[in-house]
Amino acid sequence: MAIITTKNLTKKFNGLLAVEGVSLEIDKGECFGLLGPNGAGKTTLVRMITAVSPPTEGSIWVLGNDLETHSRQIKAVLGVVPQHDNLDVDLTVLQNLMTFARYFDIRKKEAYRRSMEVLGLFELENKRDSHIKELSGGMKRRLIIARSLLNMPKIMILDEPTIGLDPQAKHLVWHKLIDLKSQGVTQLLCTQNMEEATTLCNRVAIMHQGKILSLGTPQELISKYAGNEVWEITVNMEEKKKIINKLNRRGLSFDVIENKIHIFHARADKLAIELIISQDILRRRPATLEDVFFRLTGRSLIE
Amino acid sequence: MKPFSWHFIRVWQRNRDVFFRLWRSEAPGSIAEPIIILLAMGIGLGAYVGLIDSQKYIEFIAPGIIVSYAMFSATFECTYGSYVRMEFEKIYDAIIATPLNVEDVTAGEIFWGATRSLMTGTLILAVAAAFQLVHSPWALFIPLLVFLEGIMFASIAILFTSIVPSINSFNYYFTLFITPMFFFSGVFFPLSSFPKIVQTLSWIIPLTPVVHLSRALINGEFQLQLLWALTLIIALTALFFSISLVTMRRRLTT
Repeated sequence: MAIITTKNLTKKFNGLLAVEGVSLEIDKGECFGLLGPNGAGKTTLVRMITAVSPPTEGSIWVLGNDLETHSRQIKAVLGVVPQHDNLDVDLTVLQNLMTFARYFDIRKKEAYRRSMEVLGLFELENKRDSHIKELSGGMKRRLIIARSLLNMPKIMILDEPTIGLDPQAKHLVWHKLIDLKSQGVTQLLCTQNMEEATTLCNRVAIMHQGKILSLGTPQELISKYAGNEVWEITVNMEEKKKIINKLNRRGLSFDVIENKIHIFHARADKLAIELIISQDILRRRPATLEDVFFRLTGRSLIE
Repeated sequence: MKPFSWHFIRVWQRNRDVFFRLWRSEAPGSIAEPIIILLAMGIGLGAYVGLIDSQKYIEFIAPGIIVSYAMFSATFECTYGSYVRMEFEKIYDAIIATPLNVEDVTAGEIFWGATRSLMTGTLILAVAAAFQLVHSPWALFIPLLVFLEGIMFASIAILFTSIVPSINSFNYYFTLFITPMFFFSGVFFPLSSFPKIVQTLSWIIPLTPVVHLSRALINGEFQLQLLWALTLIIALTALFFSISLVTMRRRLTT
């Protein structure tokens, strides 16, 4: 059952299309990933779904209600983790949580109980009386995620939740998100971290220049666009052309990055033997979502 | 225009909590200045000023000082204060992701600005009373007046805040609007000393009717003209309050 439905969602900024005709159905209890390079429109899409940016065209339905007319009720069950820290720097850690709980009309005693609980969850108990400026970047990030849980959300909207976290904190956050999903919390996750998407998401959509290019489970996308294995070969400039011709003749899909060639849908066959003989360096590795990402959105910087 | 709801109180509470946590660094300054001005001008300059009806100069300026500094409180709160919360601290962004809407945030900021106005106005009134400058029990209505005045000036300020490109733009707001108003609204000298055109203009700038009402309440002397003053304040408040809800929504939900 779809818990979030967007129909033909479009956003224009001064005539510029940031999001173009996005129709999505996010199911109850799944973690849905939005992947895309900077400027792909992920954040704009998420801002529309959290009711802080009105769509230019299209509609959004959350829990069966039209967001345009029911924003207050819908926002009451969302847990939003924005990309940029927006903690209340005039308040301490605990005051931040208590004040935030009050925006949701949670009574003081219950707000305190929940605040202490989420601080525990993200190992921030001993920071409860610290000021926000005394926290490290990673602690702030954890506190923002903790804050998003105060209203016991049915849906979490996470815009790059682990950006800037060290590996320990990142895994702590992932672990909590997996826990929450198992408790039935739906998650919409924007990320540029492919490992994160593979670890957490049931389905991912690859977004580029405001549009959804492809959608499926991480495994489906990997099989479709990169196969099971990717071979990376390092070539010198003289051989490069020859090898490219050879690959083209065989109708293989590949990417050339400087003196490296990535071959997708690679299978051990005659080609493999030829390549292994002629090349010094050949690396065989499992295909990842990152390969899919590059194949769909290209390798050049998009700005 | 979308209406605001009772949820605005949550923003008001947030600002109140922060204020009372930090009041030592803010409040004494904002209350010392009006008292210094009142005494310096009232006693110092007052020695050279002879008023027609034998009123002391310090008594003449006290009602205006009360409402002017109430205006300053609401204005500072909803210009620099609100701008910092909105642009630098991103506090509004966090709040509008909760059940509160932009209109609730805007109204919360305005009512908090008005509350600052109320606090400042009431404190100066108490000081003025201690110096025996208050002559009528009608002065008990001053807190009500400065609160209403606070809503008006907070609304105008937040409207300006919602359209400025940078924090430096507030220089214009103060040098071209607030400061001239302070001098041309009859706080320090009767408007009758000005040419007719200035007198007319002075009647439509928002501080003038407040000064007249304040003087009337403190001296217990009422004229029919004051009804116009009250009407003007209420009309301007309703107008600017409504517009600010619209412009703030435009600013925060792009």
